[in-house]
Amino acid sequence: MLTCKELTELVTDYLEGRMGFADRLRFQLHIGMCKHCREFLRERKLTIGAVGALSPEPIPTEVRDELMEKFRNWNRG
Amino acid sequence: MNDEPNSSALATTESNLEGDIALGRPASPEDLALVRKLLAGDETAFTSLIEAYHGRLTRLALSFVKTQASAQEVVQETWVGVLSGLKRFEGRSSLKTWIFRILINRAKTRGVREARTVPFSALGDGDEAEPAVEPERFRANGGWAEPPHRWEDDTPEALLLRGEARQRLEQAITELPPRQRTVLVLRDLEGVSAEEVCNIMGIAETNQRVMLHRARSVLHRALESYLDEE
Repeated sequence: MLTCKELTELVTDYLEGRMGFADRLRFQLHIGMCKHCREFLRERKLTIGAVGALSPEPIPTEVRDELMEKFRNWNRG
Repeated sequence: MNDEPNSSALATTESNLEGDIALGRPASPEDLALVRKLLAGDETAFTSLIEAYHGRLTRLALSFVKTQASAQEVVQETWVGVLSGLKRFEGRSSLKTWIFRILINRAKTRGVREARTVPFSALGDGDEAEPAVEPERFRANGGWAEPPHRWEDDTPEALLLRGEARQRLEQAITELPPRQRTVLVLRDLEGVSAEEVCNIMGIAETNQRVMLHRARSVLHRALESYLDEE
């Protein structure tokens, strides 16, 4: 039987689809029975989603102008 | 300059300066259309390209170099590299992967000069196995002693709207060891596939997965401790 502690270390292999059939089954069985690990998995997925939803800084105007100048020169050259 | 470049030029097998290795997804029709516009000198196309990528490239560059100023220089060099390499872009990888690879090549060179990075291929110091969850939170039999508290929010977007959640997460990313940070940025911020990350960084798949696991665990803990104290 997979312990909760072990599950927290296997969560990435699980989410990456890098588990053999038997291990995957053990993982899913544990999740089905343990509400704490279910919550852990839910929070892990939320964390990954939140990271993916971070927006990058917009390009500063002066940098953009400078790059446009480079593009024009490149285009002429 | 309005001539359509010969589209077969985009599909040649001639090797590319930046190592356009045929791994991962090839360029989409949109990528190829954008490249044609750029080669035709379309300024609107270039504006949309730099607006889409500049901030993302800066963030990626910061996992290799120490200062914001260095990162800016790396990104500038990357744009120069993109422009000079564009004619040889073959579409064997996506435009995104191709641009990231140029950045990483530039950033690695500079990072080595600044002694920020150690070789990608080794896990090395500073990456010692931190457990995903503090061991004190488990009983001796491996069951939860201190189980996770339930997070109220059901979506990542809702989570990020919470006070400082966004800031805490950004801060935690900044503090990740460099290579973990690169893996995390590529995988979870940029949506690059595991295969492509291994290819870009020159690391083994298991190595990539271990770094991803550690980085995600750090961020998970950062969010958890913030939400617990809130």
